[in-house]
Amino acid sequence: MSRKLLLANDHVEGIRRLDVYRKHGGYNALEKALKTMTPEQIVEEVKASGLRGRGGAGFPTGMKWSFLAKPEGVARYLVCNADESEPGTFKDRYLMERIPHALIEGMIASSFALGARTSYIYIRGEYFYVANILEEAIAEAYEAGLLGKNILNSGFDHDCYVQVGAGAYICGEETALLESLEGKRGNPRIKPPFPAIAGLYGCPTVVNNVETIAAVVPIIQMTGAEYAKIGVGKSTGTKLISASGHINKPGVYEIELGVPVEEFIYSDAYCGGIRNGKQLKAVVAGGSSVPILPAHLILKTASGEPRLMTYESLSDGGFATGTMLGSGGFIVMDEDTSIVKNLWNFSRFYHHESCGQCSPCREGTGWMEKILHNIVEGHGTPEDVELLWDIQGKIEGKTICPLGDAAAWPVASAIRHFKDEFMQYVTRPQSIKDVKHYYRVHQLAEA
Amino acid sequence: MAKVTIDGITIDVPDGTTILNAARMIGGEIVPPAMCYYSKLKTSGGYCRTCIVKVTKGSEKDPRPMPKPVASCRTTVMDGMEVQNITSPDLLEARAGVVEFLLLNHPLDCPVCDQAGECHLQDLAYNNGKAETRYAFPRREFERRDIGNNVQLHMNRCILCYRCVKVADQLTDGRVHGVINRGEVAEISTYIDNVIENEMSGNVIDVCPVGALTDKTFRFKSRVWYTKPVDAHRDCDKCCGKVRLWYKGEEVLRVTARKDQYGEVEDWICNTCRFDKKETSQWTIEGPSKISRDSVISANHYESLQSLRKATKEQLANALPHGEKVQAGQGALNPNNQKQ
Ligand SMILES: Cc1cc2nc3c(=O)[nH]c(=O)nc-3n(C[C@H](O)[C@H](O)[C@H](O)COP(=O)(O)O)c2cc1C
Ligand code: SF4
Ligand code: FES
Repeated sequence: MSRKLLLANDHVEGIRRLDVYRKHGGYNALEKALKTMTPEQIVEEVKASGLRGRGGAGFPTGMKWSFLAKPEGVARYLVCNADESEPGTFKDRYLMERIPHALIEGMIASSFALGARTSYIYIRGEYFYVANILEEAIAEAYEAGLLGKNILNSGFDHDCYVQVGAGAYICGEETALLESLEGKRGNPRIKPPFPAIAGLYGCPTVVNNVETIAAVVPIIQMTGAEYAKIGVGKSTGTKLISASGHINKPGVYEIELGVPVEEFIYSDAYCGGIRNGKQLKAVVAGGSSVPILPAHLILKTASGEPRLMTYESLSDGGFATGTMLGSGGFIVMDEDTSIVKNLWNFSRFYHHESCGQCSPCREGTGWMEKILHNIVEGHGTPEDVELLWDIQGKIEGKTICPLGDAAAWPVASAIRHFKDEFMQYVTRPQSIKDVKHYYRVHQLAEA
Repeated sequence: MAKVTIDGITIDVPDGTTILNAARMIGGEIVPPAMCYYSKLKTSGGYCRTCIVKVTKGSEKDPRPMPKPVASCRTTVMDGMEVQNITSPDLLEARAGVVEFLLLNHPLDCPVCDQAGECHLQDLAYNNGKAETRYAFPRREFERRDIGNNVQLHMNRCILCYRCVKVADQLTDGRVHGVINRGEVAEISTYIDNVIENEMSGNVIDVCPVGALTDKTFRFKSRVWYTKPVDAHRDCDKCCGKVRLWYKGEEVLRVTARKDQYGEVEDWICNTCRFDKKETSQWTIEGPSKISRDSVISANHYESLQSLRKATKEQLANALPHGEKVQAGQGALNPNNQKQ
């Protein structure tokens, strides 16, 4: 069983409340930080921990923090990305609704490290009830002198606000998030400048995922060096995985990075194996954007090594035979799953969520979706499959933000690894009915 | 100063210059096409992706190539940078892809579009695109919107370059013009149907690269190639007063700003000059305008452009040794310079 740093107390009765949270060691890390550490020391601990961004890209958090510009007399901001809209990802929600103070404590400690007087939690609109939970937690923290002026008599002042989004996936992209937070249309900005130089209201800003910020608490508590001992290589610490699909035990699991994928899928400590005794067909390991892998490649790398739940191992083999850890949205598909239909579903999502700023994504996502719809409906041709391949290649790498890539990769990987299935769809459409539906795609499309 | 090499031609440019502007300083065929960048509008560019180039060497200090094509209009040069545009077949293929995306939902109603003949999308498609479409679905259509007496909005033709949005933002006082909705159905709107009443609002017509914003007072009056451009000026207390009059016979059919070889206005003009001064007597005539760039107003222009392009490519491949210097502004390879 893995060590738990974030969810150790997730089943404690009343842990949502400040008094219970404190009884279980809550806010000790903040006290330690404010009373015994300098901001620079905290940044050093985070660097030493090897913590990498949990929002998808896996960028080293300590390095990101040290890039933050610190011009005299200019405000700095910490912004928490709680937009969590990647299909298959629901770990941030679980953490926030169970233990909201874990995030609040992380926000205050991280803000102290960064010298941010104000921080924001930008949460997706569909999580309004979670926003309420956070608001209550923040009110409790103010009441207890953990937020506001002169926190714990340290002389550090900090205010933390929750801002609810209006339901756009693109507002999870950090610069679109900042635009939206400023009250503008949520379009990604053209970089540079990066947020570390000019972010919210043009001021230096750090944007981090919920889980990243929450992980700062145990890092302060146990020291960066101790944190770095957990995991394998450059994948240190623990990671929340949102496990969904055809498994016996879907849910959020905190794992030590380095657990073998096979163990994660089949062990009773985690997913508990494939539902109804079926065979594993494919896995989307890191949220809908990352390449899908067939069973043999997700369990073992192309060179036959067991695949581990780490950034490096999952991307071993590049996109030809590998994938990415991404946000940790682990979607498992059994033998009855139609890869083509699932892909159509993903494509519908990216088409719907494109902000429309740049031409390849605005036009290409809709085109791919329409072709896939034709194929799913039995009207596709072998040329359509070639065309899809060509279109995804013309989107990838040519857009302003990575949403274009996120729309292209699932298409590329599905064709790469499941070409036979596409060919079955376009040459023997009558056989399509034999494939059981994973999603009730037709009903969804009509709704 | 930074030294940058584009398609084998080296030039020294001031720090902070974008790759696109460095290419424009060299001039000619190596200049990437730009559909959304507009040098007179702050924060323009980055959207359409037609200006993408391949950076094969990042800089002297960090020679690694950039992993993806970059938008040349928003990427600044680094000292020692090497860039490929028309010398990279992959890049040209990628650009053809961008052109295909831009045309995907475009109605191709050129026969009834006032912009035909001076449309940058036509030029772009002709120069960089493919002859046929692979799109087998109905093209998207928007509901018609009336945005006032002067400007005609045809959303179906729009490529979302955001130039008009920047004009509304930067030239007029109250911003009444923006983008609503998301993705494929995003559209230009004078937010909740406010008509554009500001004196400078007519400039949205000039910055629009396609026929999405056209002059209502010129609507269906003539194909542009039957009209003759003449430069003229008047004393105007609202703008520079330097315009281009478009004549058919003795009649002024339309007034626009003067545009440079990249289709950008030299100076903004006000709505009074544009819409209300259509008598020759109201203007001091300077003489016939020099029409440059890709303009079908000059006869057989595509043919001459094609042969010139072929010649230029051969010239680039054979004649110019790697790293040869061309001075800024010389524009030795500029087809327009050669034509004149
Ligand atoms: C289209 C798109 C959507 C994204 N959505 C989220 C999101 O919901 N939550 C998140 O934390 N990061 C999201 N990201 C990643 C953020 O841009 C950013 O990298 C992240 O918030 C940085 O935090 P981290 O370093 O802690 O991971 C998204 C990126 C893109 C391109
Ligand atoms: S890639 Fe898509 S979502 Fe990102 S900026 Fe371009 S159009 Fe918007
Ligand atoms: S001109 Fe550079 S992206 Fe449009």
